[in-house]
Amino acid sequence: MIRIRNLAVRIGDRVIASVPELDVAAGECVAIVGESGSGKTTTLLATLGLVEGAAVSGEVRVGDVDVLTAAPADLLRIRGSRAALVMQSPQAALNPTMRLGTLMRRALARHGVKGGEARRRAEEAVAAVLLDPLILRRYPHQVSGGQAQRFAIALALALGAEVILADEPTSALDVTVQAEVVAVLRRLRDERGLAVLFVSHDLALVSTIADRVVVMKEGAVVESGHADAVFSRPSDAYTRELIAAVPRLPGHAGERQGEEET
Amino acid sequence: MSERPAVLGAEAVTLAYGHTAVVHDVSLSIGEGGIGLIGESGSGKTTLARALLGLLRPRSGTITYGSRDLTSLDRKERARFRSDVQPVFQDGSEALDPRMTVEASIGEALTTHHRMTKADRRAKVAELLTDVGLDPALTARKPHQMSGGQRQRVAIARALAVEPRLLVLDEPTSALDVTVQARILDLLERLAAEHGLGYLLITHNLGVVDRLCRTSHVLFAGRVVESGPTTDLLTRPAHPYTLALRDAVPRLGGEPPRPAGRTEATPAESGCPFRLRCPFAVDVCGKEAPQIRDVQGRMVACHRAEDVLAEGEVPHAPRK
Amino acid sequence: MTISGPAGAPTLQPQLRRTALRGLAGMDRLATVGAVLLAVIVLAALLAPLIAPYPDDGGSATHPLEALLPPSGAHWFGTDQVGRDVLSRVLYGARTSLLIAVAVLVIAGVVGVVLGVVAGYAGGWVRDVIMRVTDVFLAFPALLLSLALAVVLQPSVTTVIVAISVTWWPWYARLTASVAASVSTRGFVDSARCLGVPAPVIVFRHVLPNSLTPVLVQLSLDGGGVILTAAALSYLGLGAHEPTSEWGLMVQQGQSLFTTDWWVVTCPGVAILITAFAFNVLGEGLRARLAR
Repeated sequence: MIRIRNLAVRIGDRVIASVPELDVAAGECVAIVGESGSGKTTTLLATLGLVEGAAVSGEVRVGDVDVLTAAPADLLRIRGSRAALVMQSPQAALNPTMRLGTLMRRALARHGVKGGEARRRAEEAVAAVLLDPLILRRYPHQVSGGQAQRFAIALALALGAEVILADEPTSALDVTVQAEVVAVLRRLRDERGLAVLFVSHDLALVSTIADRVVVMKEGAVVESGHADAVFSRPSDAYTRELIAAVPRLPGHAGERQGEEET
Repeated sequence: MSERPAVLGAEAVTLAYGHTAVVHDVSLSIGEGGIGLIGESGSGKTTLARALLGLLRPRSGTITYGSRDLTSLDRKERARFRSDVQPVFQDGSEALDPRMTVEASIGEALTTHHRMTKADRRAKVAELLTDVGLDPALTARKPHQMSGGQRQRVAIARALAVEPRLLVLDEPTSALDVTVQARILDLLERLAAEHGLGYLLITHNLGVVDRLCRTSHVLFAGRVVESGPTTDLLTRPAHPYTLALRDAVPRLGGEPPRPAGRTEATPAESGCPFRLRCPFAVDVCGKEAPQIRDVQGRMVACHRAEDVLAEGEVPHAPRK
Repeated sequence: MTISGPAGAPTLQPQLRRTALRGLAGMDRLATVGAVLLAVIVLAALLAPLIAPYPDDGGSATHPLEALLPPSGAHWFGTDQVGRDVLSRVLYGARTSLLIAVAVLVIAGVVGVVLGVVAGYAGGWVRDVIMRVTDVFLAFPALLLSLALAVVLQPSVTTVIVAISVTWWPWYARLTASVAASVSTRGFVDSARCLGVPAPVIVFRHVLPNSLTPVLVQLSLDGGGVILTAAALSYLGLGAHEPTSEWGLMVQQGQSLFTTDWWVVTCPGVAILITAFAFNVLGEGLRARLAR
């Protein structure tokens, strides 16, 4: 669903993000891991053609659309329906004067979905992210950060998104709420075959959702590969440093190696 | 160091904004070493921190400093309290005046209680910066010219400038990248040991308290629901909320974190406040609010603590 | 790592960037125009005695034989009813108008900001008292209150300054109070309180400097308003009076001649317009820049 080749984002002579190769297939989650300034968010924004004030070169495809050469109308179509961006604080992106249901209805109407079909889609999408349908009657300030985050995902689903681009979607949330959002993303990937591009600085979190991992540092990819391989046999010193920084918990469920979760 | 019993404490403290109480009847004390305070946003942990810092008056109960009620301190004792107890907030960019240079920020702390020559001040600022692992050449920088980790180090240096005995750390690393978090925690651990500091560490991340705090309190909806040795809380939680918090922490290469179930449910008004989110809830939980009681070496407020213990127990992993 | 795109690959971003830049530069250009205009006006006011072609005409000189001459090489803006050079009087008028504007902004600004910052930081009953007082002042229409004051006091430039200041400070108090209240909740204020920094020091060292930006923008936006209000008061005969050069007064004296000797009223009118415009544009530019 996403295909990136030789992507380079430059400001003047400085390359702020350079990714030789990155693919995200349907039903797959790929994570870009790195610290602030590593170029991970820039890469994600470039995927939607949202980088401003910098020169972007290379090839970026979302579905069958070449993002870097597409007409503005095609880009809007991608951003509106095919690919959905989930950000750190979704509440800021929701119009505070509208109930969530109204917001969703308007978004659907813009894509020509109305009446009973719109209602059906809205309810189905909300259920898919494990929210109570009653949430559609609330205003953005009446819901929690985790609910807003899941509503943002539901909105994308209702519009028929096939790709979800998530930029630190849980770093402003409590661990318990984070667990819910990640569970929702995993479910959508597994049950609906969504392609997920997940950007985070939290390696432990990434290890629980990503199939493949791209580690970025100072604008460049330092390591990439299958998640298991990268986490169990990191080849790059920086990846090892990231792994070492993860807090260790005694007596965590995950510590029971080889034991099945019941 | 032996003349340092519990310096700062809360005794049956209830805190409120307007008519809404957000912290109910909480008691804890901070002396030597680290005390953890764990809870989600909205649990009242930051409000409690503000009260301990003397920024908010309790509606009932007392905040004690030494053997005195914080509200009854005279001028001199108050000045003493102000240099003995220092906060480190979540985000260095919030805790530092955006218009002040590093030198001015730390200098303000140095000169608030003591007179100092300019040269002495400069030397002391450089010393503090070195102590927190920063290049003294940063003195002329303003907050926006530094990284998040650097700002947090400056905020720590500023707190240390008055030679406190206690730090109140309110989510000191949660706004930072994971690697930077680890370094800041190393720093806090080292400084606490070197300066013999006591501290209260407030966080929603259990991994963080486990490293730094021998004892922890878990706060839910403004009430302490479980407290005891941190390792016990993590290996054998007795409250379902502690269990949920622990299992939500993502583990490298481990099982996906387990959703704690209906985190959006508001705390119940009657009975046990956690029951609407609780997989262990039974009839009695809706009828009677659980009293805090001693269960196998920790204090816990849950009717079903024994069952939770049986469920949540995992073999104790060897500590490094 | 160096990776270059396929040769000639069209990119979307440079276009976006250019439009964004143009928008930006456009905004700043307008603000620059305002700043330059204002600088020219200030300079003209300061140098009036040197650059005015007939410095005496700024005051009480009369030349009955040269009354109401149309614009010419000798009198670029023509002459008024008593034969004074209109250009000279417009230049001298700039001194009066700017003096009033600066005095009002300083007085109303200082009073408003100090009260506002105290109210915002202290909160509670202190805030309530200060805000009720500002409400009382705000309840009167500004021009009406100035009018009443100007009637009670003797008509003069000082009266205009006092009258306008009295009606304008509450706006700054209110604006500052709301900004200061939100600044006061920020971590660095708590941090200073935890250090035991005395409250007055916190207010003036931390809260005030961090609350000032929106007030400064508002002040620069209001410069034009002050000049217009001052002109209105003078026009109504409650402000500056003969022989002082003041734009509002000049408009009032020249209005009956508009159909026959247009320059007498038009030149000071245009001066008012340009000055008010310069203040506004500068203020808007500042606001746009600081909003980013």
